[in-house]
Amino acid sequence: MNANNLNNSKAQTIRSNDDLLLCAEREKDRQAQYKQNLFVCMGTACQSCGSTEVLKALSSRIKDLGLEKDYLISPGGCQGNCSQAPLVSVHPQNVLYQNISPQNTNDIIGSLKGSPIKELSCDNQSSFFARQTRIVTEYRGLLNPERIEDYIAVGGFSSLLKVLTQMSPSQVIQEITCSGLRGRGGAGYPTGLKWSTVAKANDSQKYVICNADEGDPGAFMNRNVLEDYPYKILEGMTIAGYAVGANQGYVYVRAEYDVAVKRVENAIKNMQRLALLGNSIGNTSFNFNLEVRVGGGAFVCGEETALIASIEGGRALPSPRPPYPAESGLWGHPTLINNVETYGHIAPIIRNGSQWFANIGTQKSKGTKTFALSGCIKNTGLVEVALGTTLREMIFDIGGGVPEGRKFKAVQTGGPAGGCIPESQLDASIDYESLKSLGSFMGSGGMIVMDDSSCMVDVAKYFMQFCAAESCGKCIPCRVGTVHIYDLLNKITKGEASLEDLSQLESLCDVVQNTSLCGLGQGAPNPVLSTLHFFKDEYIAHIVDHICPAGACGPKGQDLRRPACVL
Amino acid sequence: MRVVTLTINDQLLSGRDDETILQVAKAHNIQIPTLCQLDGLSTWGGCRLCLVHIHGSDKLSPACVTKVTEGMVVETESERLNKYRHTIVEMLYTEGNHICSVCVSNNNCELQSTAQNLGIDHISLPYLYPSRTVDASHERFVFDPNRCILCTRCVRVCDEIEGAHTWDVAGRGINSHLITDLNEAWGESTSCTSCGKCVEVCPTGSLYEKGKAGGEMVKHAEFLTYIEEMRKNHK
Amino acid sequence: MNNKKTLATVWLDGCSGCHMSILDMDERLLELLTHVDLVYSPLVDNKTFPENVDITLVEGAVSSDEDLHKIKMIREKTKILVSLGDCAVTANVPSMRNPLSVGAILERVSDGSVIRQPADVPLLLANAQPVHNYVKVDVFVPGCPPSANVIHSILMDLLSNRKTNINKITRFGA
Repeated sequence: MNANNLNNSKAQTIRSNDDLLLCAEREKDRQAQYKQNLFVCMGTACQSCGSTEVLKALSSRIKDLGLEKDYLISPGGCQGNCSQAPLVSVHPQNVLYQNISPQNTNDIIGSLKGSPIKELSCDNQSSFFARQTRIVTEYRGLLNPERIEDYIAVGGFSSLLKVLTQMSPSQVIQEITCSGLRGRGGAGYPTGLKWSTVAKANDSQKYVICNADEGDPGAFMNRNVLEDYPYKILEGMTIAGYAVGANQGYVYVRAEYDVAVKRVENAIKNMQRLALLGNSIGNTSFNFNLEVRVGGGAFVCGEETALIASIEGGRALPSPRPPYPAESGLWGHPTLINNVETYGHIAPIIRNGSQWFANIGTQKSKGTKTFALSGCIKNTGLVEVALGTTLREMIFDIGGGVPEGRKFKAVQTGGPAGGCIPESQLDASIDYESLKSLGSFMGSGGMIVMDDSSCMVDVAKYFMQFCAAESCGKCIPCRVGTVHIYDLLNKITKGEASLEDLSQLESLCDVVQNTSLCGLGQGAPNPVLSTLHFFKDEYIAHIVDHICPAGACGPKGQDLRRPACVL
Repeated sequence: MRVVTLTINDQLLSGRDDETILQVAKAHNIQIPTLCQLDGLSTWGGCRLCLVHIHGSDKLSPACVTKVTEGMVVETESERLNKYRHTIVEMLYTEGNHICSVCVSNNNCELQSTAQNLGIDHISLPYLYPSRTVDASHERFVFDPNRCILCTRCVRVCDEIEGAHTWDVAGRGINSHLITDLNEAWGESTSCTSCGKCVEVCPTGSLYEKGKAGGEMVKHAEFLTYIEEMRKNHK
Repeated sequence: MNNKKTLATVWLDGCSGCHMSILDMDERLLELLTHVDLVYSPLVDNKTFPENVDITLVEGAVSSDEDLHKIKMIREKTKILVSLGDCAVTANVPSMRNPLSVGAILERVSDGSVIRQPADVPLLLANAQPVHNYVKVDVFVPGCPPSANVIHSILMDLLSNRKTNINKITRFGA
């Protein structure tokens, strides 16, 4: 038995900061043995573009060449620029290769000793990368999401051990409160305040839930973050459990997020193996365990009271608040529910201090936020920016603008409860208040860019169809109102609506917005209201002139009522 | 428990702090419309007709779940609330196939009287005319989904009072519908005790006794308050 | 010079029950006729709908192309259009065919033997609909049928420009 194995058996669990440091050192040593570390992105986008084959090809070729001791090939996390998938990064050479296929294997291996291949590299100094500020997606692409040691090597779990051994629960809450962190699920409720409410609740049993039921069309931030940083999220949840006095946590992930579910389950196992979950964590009296709950695929499961009902095994139906989950949540006990990304901020805040975090962002919206850029934009992918970045910087500097020959028209933020923001408002800063004042919503971070071929009535119709289909059916305004709104929008896009229909549309939006039971219904009219606000002329064109100016509802300039030519 | 004083529609009233606005209003003969709430069953909060204004809050609150607090000022009527209630009831009329004139519950129907009290004389929203099949397989009762407003009183009474949980809701959104057991015919249900509680609490003619003709079905939901009282005393 | 108002009544897709209810006003009809001239109705012999009718009572839903043609014409020639009874107000019993397709209905009623639409029968519209879905309606009088008392008070109120609180005296299905 060699010394290395002895070390391994000795450090089976992590009970103190020394154990953690030892583990980190050993992992760094392991990585340093290699001349180059290659990370093949195994995010959902890269996998669907064939990165699994790339990983296989690279590994077997390296093996065939007998170079396993020189080069480490690892599955890596998402790099963000998903439009260039599959991606392979090489370190310390610091090269990022794009659109890689197994055919490129020999070239890449050949270049490891020499200079990078220009034709395959992607400019990782471009503004897409340079303009981002990374907290949640720190060490992007450089961690093997399967291995807990990778995370420990970059300082993982130091925050957890710090709070357990050096801070009282109220100090932790104080630190989070001072940081100014607000809920990243969309509503922007102050995280510290939420934590302290749960902490103050008088009950011996409390729960912590991570809401990973991301369902907005065009949103994939939570999926990405969970896939790549499962340990960071679980560390955040464990800290939250300590702060509020909970001993059990649930990660509620939607079933479609196959990779994320597997990685979180794997991460929980690894944490349990190292005693970072379970009883007496860090040799303290703190006990905490985590379990995954896989969602049933309904959008409404992301609403916190519906999510709780779903975990309890019932139909995912929202219930009126109050009582809020903080008082009476899962099985009637005080429950803390935060979004994936909110938990992703916790360990960095504890590690770097609340002041550091509070210095990033704007007066009222601190820190960073991840966004899923999609739609008619050059650089599709996941980005993380400091709050207060303008929409223009986001879309044109980071996103690279709309592809050649097209004209930017609007950006949709906030998912089905969000709104469409026109060109004239692009200098608005991305923060909770400013997006709200534009009739949109921060939401969980979906950002869909549309060019001049998109019809705003058609877009509103799309979102209304989504909301009507996803309505749980409990309250009347959402169940029936969304169908009537959809029917009216459909009538407009067919050129058959009257101005009375338009006023009925506005009136229905008012009713659904103000009388629905939960956020799904209350937010459902937003896409209609915001497009009515900024693009009313398009509605009028459909109704009065019976034409679709964008040419999306029918051929450009042609009467929408004209029956399609049968020849 | 504590006694609080509050104002509803400019009237100074008192109530217990474990009571809801709806309960206190009812006790003082202030009518707030509702179709899903029923004394003796858990609250549902789905019909949204009991929404009221509470001073100091920009959101409307459902009176059936909102507890009264000291000094609370509530308005149960306004032009805005009337518009909302009006539209919600119209939505119910468009969602199903409510033909009052041939209904067993004609003149004994809570949907019908709510519409009348709200001053609804026609439905301005387009009717959706869903296609729904009547289940008359039970030997004593009929379920006509055309008249169902999904208040879930039947689901709750069957689960909470009878303990059978024969009824539940399947589907989502506009496709939500009641089912018995695992979406089997009611007459085939092995859990149904044929107690008829669901029929008595149904606010419309959706659940009725066989053999009843137009306008003959009168419901008696009062039994619930007696059961509630008896169970309370039994404790 | 005659300064009586003109009154018309029409019968679209309905059972004629509302017209029976009009007749149920009995002796009050005579009093009514001192205020109005009944210029067009299934109850009188005039074959063409006159111009400038002051009040038209419509019974029945709009179910066929003929109903639709009629109601549009009548609207143009009427000052105050009254939807009388549930069929006109809600489409009521005629609307019970709406969840079915027109084809399925024709097949059922003709026992499968008639496939083609007979030339002298008005074409059924896809749905039987309330009158106000096609033309502007000024007064709604629900009820199946509205009682003679209800019809009488509505007419007297209209003739003396009083506003009626409809929901105090009738409702859907009443």
